[in-house]
Amino acid sequence: MPKNPNVKRVMVIGSGPIVIGQAAEFDYAGTQACRSLKEEGCEVILVNSNPATIMTDKEIADKVYIEPLTVDVLKQIIIKEKPDSLLPNMGGQAGLNLGMELDESGFLKEHGVTLLGTTAETIRNAEGRQEFKDLMERIGEPCAPSLLVENIEDGVNFAKEIGYPVVLRPAYTLGGSGGGIAHNQAEIEDILEKGLRLSRVGQVLVERCISGWKEIEYEVMRDSAGNCITVCNMENLDPVGVHTGDSIVVAPSQTLSDKEYQMLRTSALNIIDELGITGGCNVQFALHPTSFEYCVIEVNPRVSRSSALASKATGYPIAKVAAKIALGYTLDEIPNAITGKTFASFEPTLDYCVVKVPRLPFDKFITAKRTLTTQMKATGEVMSICNSFEGGLMKALRSLEQHVDCLRSYDFSDLTKDELRKRLTVVDDQRIFVIAEAIRKGISYDEIHEITMVDHWFIDKIAILTEMEQALIDGPLTAELLREAKRLEFTDDIISRFTGKPASEIKAMRMENGITAAYKMVDTCAAEFEAATPYYYSVYGGENEAKETHDRKKVLVLGSGPIRIGQGIEFDFCSVHATWAFSKAGFETIIVNNNPETVSTDFDIADKLYFEPLTPEDVENIVNIEKPDGAVVQFGGQTAIKLTEALMEMGVPILGTKAEDVDAAEDRELFDRILQETEIPRAAGGTVFTAEEAKEVANRLGYPVLVRPSYVLGGQGMQIAICDEEIEEFMAVINRYAQDHPILVDKYLQGKELEVDAVCDGTDILIPGIMEHIERTGVHSGDSISVYPAPTVSEHIKETIAEYTRRLAKALHVKGLINIQFIAVGEEIYVIEVNPRSSRTVPYISKVTGIPIVDLATEVILGKKIRDLGYEPGLQPEAGYYAIKMPVFSFEKIRGAEISLGPEMKSTGECLGISKSFNEALYKAFIGAGIDLPKHKQVIITVKDADKGEAIEIGRRFEKLGYTIYATRSTANTLKEAGVKVRKVNKISQESPTVMDLLLGHKIDLVIDTPTQGRDKSRDGFLIRRTAIETGVHCLTSLDTANALLTSLEHAKDEALTLVDIASL
Amino acid sequence: MPKNTQYVDYQHFLEQHIDSEKIVCYNKSIMERTGENMKAFLILEDGTVFEGIHIGADKQVISEIVFNTSMAGYLEVLTDPSYAGQAVCMTYPLIGNYGVCKEDMESRRIWPDAFIVRELSRTASNFRSDMTIQELLIQYDVPGIAGIDTRALTKILRQKGTMNGCITTDESYNLNELLPKLKAYTTGKVVEKVTCREKYIVKGSKSLSENGPISGSARYTGEKEMRPSLVKQLNGLGKKVALLDFGAKDNIARSLAQRGCDVTVYPAITPASEIIADAPDGIMLSNGPGDPKECTSIIAEIRKLYESDIPIFGICLGHQLMALATGADTFKMKYGHRGGNHPVKDLATGKVYISSQNHGYVVDMDKLDRDVATPAFVNVNDGTCEGLAYTGKNIFTVQYHPEACAGPQDSGYLFDRFIQMMEEK
Repeated sequence: MPKNPNVKRVMVIGSGPIVIGQAAEFDYAGTQACRSLKEEGCEVILVNSNPATIMTDKEIADKVYIEPLTVDVLKQIIIKEKPDSLLPNMGGQAGLNLGMELDESGFLKEHGVTLLGTTAETIRNAEGRQEFKDLMERIGEPCAPSLLVENIEDGVNFAKEIGYPVVLRPAYTLGGSGGGIAHNQAEIEDILEKGLRLSRVGQVLVERCISGWKEIEYEVMRDSAGNCITVCNMENLDPVGVHTGDSIVVAPSQTLSDKEYQMLRTSALNIIDELGITGGCNVQFALHPTSFEYCVIEVNPRVSRSSALASKATGYPIAKVAAKIALGYTLDEIPNAITGKTFASFEPTLDYCVVKVPRLPFDKFITAKRTLTTQMKATGEVMSICNSFEGGLMKALRSLEQHVDCLRSYDFSDLTKDELRKRLTVVDDQRIFVIAEAIRKGISYDEIHEITMVDHWFIDKIAILTEMEQALIDGPLTAELLREAKRLEFTDDIISRFTGKPASEIKAMRMENGITAAYKMVDTCAAEFEAATPYYYSVYGGENEAKETHDRKKVLVLGSGPIRIGQGIEFDFCSVHATWAFSKAGFETIIVNNNPETVSTDFDIADKLYFEPLTPEDVENIVNIEKPDGAVVQFGGQTAIKLTEALMEMGVPILGTKAEDVDAAEDRELFDRILQETEIPRAAGGTVFTAEEAKEVANRLGYPVLVRPSYVLGGQGMQIAICDEEIEEFMAVINRYAQDHPILVDKYLQGKELEVDAVCDGTDILIPGIMEHIERTGVHSGDSISVYPAPTVSEHIKETIAEYTRRLAKALHVKGLINIQFIAVGEEIYVIEVNPRSSRTVPYISKVTGIPIVDLATEVILGKKIRDLGYEPGLQPEAGYYAIKMPVFSFEKIRGAEISLGPEMKSTGECLGISKSFNEALYKAFIGAGIDLPKHKQVIITVKDADKGEAIEIGRRFEKLGYTIYATRSTANTLKEAGVKVRKVNKISQESPTVMDLLLGHKIDLVIDTPTQGRDKSRDGFLIRRTAIETGVHCLTSLDTANALLTSLEHAKDEALTLVDIASL
Repeated sequence: MPKNTQYVDYQHFLEQHIDSEKIVCYNKSIMERTGENMKAFLILEDGTVFEGIHIGADKQVISEIVFNTSMAGYLEVLTDPSYAGQAVCMTYPLIGNYGVCKEDMESRRIWPDAFIVRELSRTASNFRSDMTIQELLIQYDVPGIAGIDTRALTKILRQKGTMNGCITTDESYNLNELLPKLKAYTTGKVVEKVTCREKYIVKGSKSLSENGPISGSARYTGEKEMRPSLVKQLNGLGKKVALLDFGAKDNIARSLAQRGCDVTVYPAITPASEIIADAPDGIMLSNGPGDPKECTSIIAEIRKLYESDIPIFGICLGHQLMALATGADTFKMKYGHRGGNHPVKDLATGKVYISSQNHGYVVDMDKLDRDVATPAFVNVNDGTCEGLAYTGKNIFTVQYHPEACAGPQDSGYLFDRFIQMMEEK
């Protein structure tokens, strides 16, 4: 069937800010879909509140609205832009829910908009728990016995009937929010209470616990003619019970016989056919480990995290094909872009093993529970490709950048057998390390399997890795043993640690024996057809397929690895744009990255893609084959920067700012010298390694001080200390891992925080704009509300900042991007830190100023001058718009995480509010972040003593807005004395009713709680904040944020928002 | 296991034919480890030599080297008689993961001359597993090679076409002596080797419960259960089908029997007159190995069946033989279709199905006499013939495998189409 000629203007909904459960994969899918639509001559109208995405580029869509993703906004855009069609299934659950609401209200019909791809009825059938169950029953596909409940009592009764444990799944939430497994009545009551509230429709499914079964997923495609194929199946190493997003996943399935494989495949096709899905779909199964019994867990009638993984694992571009299907094409009409010869109507076959490992944020939230449940906690993931599972696992582990590179990276060797047995019952991110230790201690496969339900095959593979460790420890290191160790993807570093020989000796021995990495191609067809797209992975042993090319100059672009707090999708945006810019400049581009969720690892972004870990050894192997003319590290965040030294040792020229200058910015002494030379003030400070030294510096400077490790992103480990005890605590946390670089201790200055991103060509600088943070210093810039152009600082300050930026960029010999953070105390400007590389704010400032910073930086790196590029150097004139970047958090997903803002970054994503008026921009930003007040007009205020004064004004403003204010004793007294009407409420430790009861009563819109210092979990404040988050109440921990919110509320009007098309700025 | 007529009958037959060699246990811990394994070599007729680890029986073989791209189902591949005379390379690198579930065997033994894999799993992890692949290879005296770059081998076969090769553990092989021998090898009249020696009957199911649970309704009972079936109705109840065994996979008879048909399996060389005399409602021409043109006498008998007016359904070799019997031509493909991911378009409906395939020869569509037969199915990838409808006859044939095993079960509906044809006759 050819393309539907009625589809000309398509609106695509993105997924909004990055949150746990909804990450970069939707930028990847949405971008691919938009490009696919444009390829077919459609005009694309894109809506997404997330400015860090590539899909919101004007190159990707014709009209770009970075506006809050609400039904009202979408309606307005539809009225304005008059699309004929809406593609809702590229924006994750968020996008799908919005599309559904628009359809259900009849609005789409009224405005002549067709829902493309899957119909609303299909979505209802797939997503509505009861509808889905009924449909499955009708076609004879089994689901676990379950009941949809709308109240706790029904849930408890049903659980009694089917027996504990039971699984609880709220309807219409993302990443399984609010779900869990209950083993008794107390647990079910607890989880149901939360789940019912988080569900968009107030429903929770209670079902038979199938935890411990094999979890198998199929990615399926269907076109409007009813042709169905499966792109790939995947098996979770972690059996049912752990969210697939938090599981180690392999593709294809490893332990299923053809009978089981085909049984589930047929079932998946039956389901997608019965649902009438057109496009991509994910079907999850639980398969009994010792029978043919299976249950359908769930169906996602849209592109998903799993479909991104399946696309990267097979080379089959699911989102692209889904978009073409939405336009009316059938699978046999869509060419397979990888082979160029075959069509989309075939099933990829793999001749390698793919391993995905989640990146969990427990290094950020050290107080959080590491337990893995059906509630997803991972912020991102890494994928690796190898021709063995062992190799795949080893590669994936070192791709995580979490101080793990082998199965001994977490040490459980001091546990006894009995302790290990007990530890094995804990399901957390360290489980495979515990399994490895259990194997080392001689606990039988059967016993490990009985406790963990992990399949024997995986246990045996882990055993093979532990045997290799032992073989290396025992020695002697023969060439044969080395060859085998490399086949299992032990890095030279690991081998060096186990054998006690220096890594250089290992490397020399490898070279002597010809043990080098070879590259194989991902081609969708196991070499049956010739592939046109060079997408590579490494193996040891075998023919190298990576073709040497020398026709053009070659540049290596190093990606940013897994999405984590502090290093998110922004860096993928930069990597992709740099790649495109190099391409435009005539270079052959080579991307190295390991993140399956990103645009950068799409097969047609760079000329060559190496899906590999970003470690020196892995990169060196690529360099040996490709011999690039240069590498660019400034776009890939800290991951790429960390490789600078290694690249230089390999003799690869670093394009742009030199490594020694990057060092100068990070090295305290060098940097201080530069500041002296350039006469730029900074807060006094010193460098230390031990707690003793830190305390000495702190006392010399006077508390409070800022303590932080160098060479980190996202302020990891950064804290404000007010006393010696805190220094000790923080230093202990930082020194959990040996630090290669000194720790910085600085005097904490309180003031306004300002930030610039600039391009420097060695002579001139270009500053697109100055951003001002709403929260005062002390809150990490990534967690602050950031306003462009800076609204409250004087011209003098702006000029000083521009001047300091110019001086610093020159002194550091920056060629390319530089990001600088300043503090303004009165009219005095201090520099906080300088990063001679791309930053989190680059995509945002590029979009709102219309200045393509990454492209310019790339041109500059290649030797062009800013003046040649059509720009007048210096601070650019301010745009006629306010653009406000609002951080978005995922605290509700991480049990036990401290939510209060501080110097360490905690947000997972961001959204943008853009408008001609500051107040409207702010309002949009809050709405975009999901803070849509008021509902009940009730607020709880509890602040630390130092904030009491400021709290009065906040109280007054809330009072004026008609809010009822609750406060704990001392805050209440302060407010009362100042004449603010307030209701006193008991602290948690006091008798009921307390502030906790108030929160649980669901009548509260907002909690304002400023935390006292320290990370003490047991304090009242911590409990209040956690309870607020877990009961879905917004909680602000900075008075500056509260003031901004008040401003936004005071100016909120009922009239429609003004819309801004970024593409036309 | 509950009683299942067709299965028990056949199983009994098989047991009499199984080669009664002793199962040799090998030391699992040394498999795939370094240094301690016997070397093996795969030598191709173009002179390429792969060095790997010896697996299976200790003997040297010369065979035609082909590759299969299925990611699961290695046992079904090994027991598919169509591989007789060939050595199979699996493109998926991890083989043997779920061991050998003997009930999944598609015939009484394993047929390829040798087995070529990247890595053989040292554990067999599946609740139904009876033994490891290594044990199975030794039991049936089939050698193999592991640890070679199977992707590189596949690329050679793709670029140069299917070729012959030798697997040996003899480190002092002499290429000059060996290559002419490799070039001289042909699979020959291999159908005679694989067909059954005497006629036997697979009784049709009298009730759906005999088939085991319908897929999706299986419930864990704590005992080893029967494999689930896809069949939801006994539409073939009472039908008598004659199955000509050119090297038939068991699931052809099973697919019909599960639908209620009584299937009589005939040796390949059975005269047409004998079959016609038995008055079947329909005739099924099975898959099988080798060059269809070698089967001259069988082709002559099929011509008689063509003229008999009995509904006929042909699969794979059966499809090719019917084509040759009615004047069409076949040719050898460069490297064939072997795997579980080949898209086939049903020209009657325009629908595309993913199919299980295993063939090196194909019917030449250009030389087809459209008055005799018209293309009914084509391969979406390369446009080759995947099925024919015979003009004015109750005959249709397909190049691919509706019985699946290994591979997608999407085309099971063709058995229903065949039953329908018998019904309407």
